[in-house]
Amino acid sequence: MQTIGQQFINGLSLGSIYALLALGYTMVYGIIKLINFAHGDIYMLGAFWGYYVINQLHFNFILAMLSAMLFCALVGVVIEYFAYRPLRHSPRITALITAIGVSFLLENGMSYLFTANTRSFPQVIKTVTYHVAGLRISNIQLLILGSACFLMLLLELIIKRTKMGKAMRAVAVDPTAAQLVGINLNHTISFTFALGSAMAGAAGVLIGLYYNSIDPLMGMTPGIKAFVAAVIGGIGSIPGASLGGFIIGILETGVQAIGLSAYKDAVVYFVLIVILLVMPAGIFGKHTKEKV
Amino acid sequence: MKARLRANLTWLALMVLGFVVIDSCEFTGLINTFIENMLVTIGINVILATGLNLIIGFSGQFSLGHAGFMAIGAYATGIITQTMATPAGFFISMVVGMLIAIVAALIVGIPTLRLRGDYLAIATMGAAEIIRLLINNLKITNGAAGLFNIPALASWATVYVLMCLTTIVTVNFIHSRSGRAIMAVREDEIAAEAMGINTTRWKLAAFVFGAATAAIGGSLHAAYIQTIAPSDFNIMASIAILIVVVLGGVGSMTGTFVAAVGLGALDTILQNFGTLRMIIYSLALILIMIFKPSGLLGTWELSFRRLNRHHLKEVTNHE
Repeated sequence: MQTIGQQFINGLSLGSIYALLALGYTMVYGIIKLINFAHGDIYMLGAFWGYYVINQLHFNFILAMLSAMLFCALVGVVIEYFAYRPLRHSPRITALITAIGVSFLLENGMSYLFTANTRSFPQVIKTVTYHVAGLRISNIQLLILGSACFLMLLLELIIKRTKMGKAMRAVAVDPTAAQLVGINLNHTISFTFALGSAMAGAAGVLIGLYYNSIDPLMGMTPGIKAFVAAVIGGIGSIPGASLGGFIIGILETGVQAIGLSAYKDAVVYFVLIVILLVMPAGIFGKHTKEKV
Repeated sequence: MKARLRANLTWLALMVLGFVVIDSCEFTGLINTFIENMLVTIGINVILATGLNLIIGFSGQFSLGHAGFMAIGAYATGIITQTMATPAGFFISMVVGMLIAIVAALIVGIPTLRLRGDYLAIATMGAAEIIRLLINNLKITNGAAGLFNIPALASWATVYVLMCLTTIVTVNFIHSRSGRAIMAVREDEIAAEAMGINTTRWKLAAFVFGAATAAIGGSLHAAYIQTIAPSDFNIMASIAILIVVVLGGVGSMTGTFVAAVGLGALDTILQNFGTLRMIIYSLALILIMIFKPSGLLGTWELSFRRLNRHHLKEVTNHE
């Protein structure tokens, strides 16, 4: 029972990172139907930004995370402007390949400029481990869970309560109709990228603090897994992405705990396939009937 | 029928000519091992990409798991030729790899081909990763270290001949009744179904066909490179094949050839740039996609049948 509880806590912390990343995938996919392959690399950029501002400018944790979010939002908007906007009306597979190209560019550009070495992330917050009812839980884990939940709530509020959020939802439903009622498509899409990338930036700083090591290729695998999380939750759905992230995180730590760590990714993909077969649009996805 | 036979014969003649040209270049020493390596990589990429183009471009199913089937072919050859180091052993291993890949494609395809678009892509990617992780953890495949010292049973000539064979078979498959059914499914699934086409069956047929050619590519890769590891067949490998297809133009076999040759040459030239190589490569990729969104050749095909018809028309016009 104790181990299960312990793994559940570890799974929740890892899951909240995946959830933050999955939010970016799900929003971008919901609005322009693009699997933004470069999203995982924006998370890497966030981690590197945190590393440099903490080491060079001696920022504290909150400031580092906020500046990383701002920086990543900017990067996201710039990437959208130069790489994806010219392709808005071309076949979707073309935009996908461009996204892969951007991902390669960010990974290799960072390796070229700052070497491909693994660095240890500065520990701005001293790790304290609390013992609650026989479970070990560190303040870092609490911080990750807390900030992730806070950001998700904030995002939910932005999407549900603000004018921009309303515009985002409108564009996701029907871009042409949204334009007809006076919504600026370009601004809305830029805003979506900024929001999603900011979430990824925050996730990057948090993972640096949690795992204590960062490198230019760190975004590849979590990026793909976060996309899987978004698909499991039902792509385009915000609560779905959060739920999917937690499912993947708990699944991964759970499989690791029963001694099958070599197969942890295989289990994740297997669950993905099974969920897609039972619920072809994910857990919270909307079913659309095709009309002739 | 006669026109198609004539077109096929023209192609065959071109292929024989290509073989003679490469052979004489090899004989006179114009092609060193470096260039030969490049040519073989191009050949294997053509085999893999024509199969994927059949799935993506002609049946309209977005598969991101091509490297998984390639891995099956590669490991079949790696394991079998270690005990049977003869050319016959190599061809047996290739057939075994193809059969296993076909079975795997059926197991993966029957449930997942019901999914559409990106969902299918992500499901096939997951399936390919499961295949890779199984290989990574099995004893017979030597785990993550992979297999090395695989007997060198594939020369450039083997790759060339098999490349020509798979291309001819694939292109004729596309031009057959089955090919037309597959393209009808791509254009409109519901309309195709209304015309009495069993959509699931034809989607599956294209998928299995593509998987079998991927296994051939994998076998050749194993026998030529002589070292394979599970990490050679990860998602990035699938994406590399996808890039060849999209760059050439989805739905154009000629484009696939052009893109495979172009990327192979680019890769060889960029070897001199060291670490800058991948940066230039990714920039080239982004720029080509932005300025030529439908790929280098779009859906254009080089077709001798059409050229012949054109020629005939002109002759009759003159008369």
